[in-house]
Amino acid sequence: MSEAVDLCGIRLAHPLINASGTFDAIAARRAFGDAVLERFPFSAYVSKTITPQSRAGNAPPRLWEEPAAMVNSIGLPNKGLEGFLSIDLPQLAELPVPLIVSVMATSAEEFTAMVEAVAGRDEVAAIELNVSCPNVHSGLIVGEQPEESRALMEALRPLTDKPLIVKLTPNIADPAAVAVAAVAGGADAISLINTIKAAPLAPGGEPWLGAGSGGLSGPAVRTIALKQVADVAAAVAVPIVGMGGVESGSHARDLLAAGARAVAVGTASFRDPLAAERIRAELGALEPAPA
Amino acid sequence: MSGLPAQAEEVGADGRVLAPFGRRRSEVVANEATGGYRLVSVVDPEGPLPRAGQFYMLTGERGWGGGGARPYLPRAFSVADATEVDRGVRLSFLLEDVGPGTHELARLEAGEGLLLTGPLGRPFSAPGELNPDAAGAILVGGGIGLAPLALWRRELASRGIPERSLLGFRDRRHSGGLDLFRCSEVRLASEDGHAGHRGYVTDLLAVMLEGDAARSAAVYACGPPAMLEAVRALCEERGVEAELAMESPMACGYGACFGCAMPLREGGYMRLCVDGPVVRAAAVETALVEGAGHR
Repeated sequence: MSEAVDLCGIRLAHPLINASGTFDAIAARRAFGDAVLERFPFSAYVSKTITPQSRAGNAPPRLWEEPAAMVNSIGLPNKGLEGFLSIDLPQLAELPVPLIVSVMATSAEEFTAMVEAVAGRDEVAAIELNVSCPNVHSGLIVGEQPEESRALMEALRPLTDKPLIVKLTPNIADPAAVAVAAVAGGADAISLINTIKAAPLAPGGEPWLGAGSGGLSGPAVRTIALKQVADVAAAVAVPIVGMGGVESGSHARDLLAAGARAVAVGTASFRDPLAAERIRAELGALEPAPA
Repeated sequence: MSGLPAQAEEVGADGRVLAPFGRRRSEVVANEATGGYRLVSVVDPEGPLPRAGQFYMLTGERGWGGGGARPYLPRAFSVADATEVDRGVRLSFLLEDVGPGTHELARLEAGEGLLLTGPLGRPFSAPGELNPDAAGAILVGGGIGLAPLALWRRELASRGIPERSLLGFRDRRHSGGLDLFRCSEVRLASEDGHAGHRGYVTDLLAVMLEGDAARSAAVYACGPPAMLEAVRALCEERGVEAELAMESPMACGYGACFGCAMPLREGGYMRLCVDGPVVRAAAVETALVEGAGHR
């Protein structure tokens, strides 16, 4: 049986991609050399989120380890749109897989400028919209509000024929409602879950992370992802990229069975840069999940 | 040395030896007590010889992520010794049982597996690269931070570059790294006075950098953050070029997680894993790293 999957017209050689912000292909080449290109573990590469202006990221500490999980509060360090297009994109274009660029902005106007500039580049196959940010006009987190999400998609949809993937936040009561609204506004695919808000404390009881709180990821969130992917799959007909705590082939199979078209590996790559290659092999050796 | 040569090493832009892509298994061949520390040695059948200052991400094959307990993420350790042996490269790591990760590593037994990714990061630069007038290298180590300097001393010796080592310890229990400096001339300082100068190793460095000596100096330091900061400040005051081998909590070790952010003097942050762990002292405002207390 072929491993290939179709994600909004993009052919993926197998179902395993990376979660945004969990594998820096440019830094990995500094550490591992061209083996990264020769043995690229993902069937598409999702960039770290870029923002209109460059960002340094949050003050450290940025990490906390939990049993079967970690909390990060990185703060989206990136070179900004211009820096990404001129410095990072030419290097990412050397990867042997389709490129999905993750973008975030704080208004429809800024999102429009980002999507136009990124979609205009031939190297880019699709755009993932990180909507876990406030709209400066309404003060509301776009991805937490069905109407905000729908309005944003309606503004962005006419700008490009390239697939627009909306990355959902898990930090709401009804992610499926946001998914339905985003699809009604023109989203081609839904990806979930993002990290779950968390606030680790130092031994003295004060906040540990420099930014006060962060997002939980790793195997501890896997069953939350399974539930939310299944709920969204039941509500929308577009492809879903499922992620959250995947560490083995059976974890990937479970998300596919819950309705995901592709599965993203995130935190597991921190433990082993080739985790996705192992997960793919394990997945290939498994029987499909019982219906 | 005999047997198979180590994997031909691929070298990156700044002299770093590139790591094989992916995590691999090494086998523990020794776990010795040295003072209050453990020196864990493994044979890495596939890896290249690392450069001094580089590090590995370590995960015990047993007891890691098991039962949903910590440790979950790998732990970063600079390599204290590396030699070619029959079956690959023998690597040694100096560690202290202070948290769930080091606790598992400290009780590894010969024959068990240690999963590793590495060598990673930027190694030490030659004294001549730091300071064209360098007469040699001054190594300043504190406590468990002696580890990368021990390998650096051996590398310098093999290149015929003279070196002087100043080593400091809190007390006898934290002096285990000294065993790595066998057969070499060192000057010692200890806070409890059990060996050498009673006080800080930076007291010895301050004397060594007096007068004209500063002009021909190249300093390499590794140790607790407060010691590194004292070395950094002293070298800045005396106009001495220095490299600091630093540490920070990190989830991945290869630039993916952005967790090991270190503030840069010019603003913004570097990632200690790919832009360090060896950094130019002049590049940082302070050597005090946030977050080092979470083990």
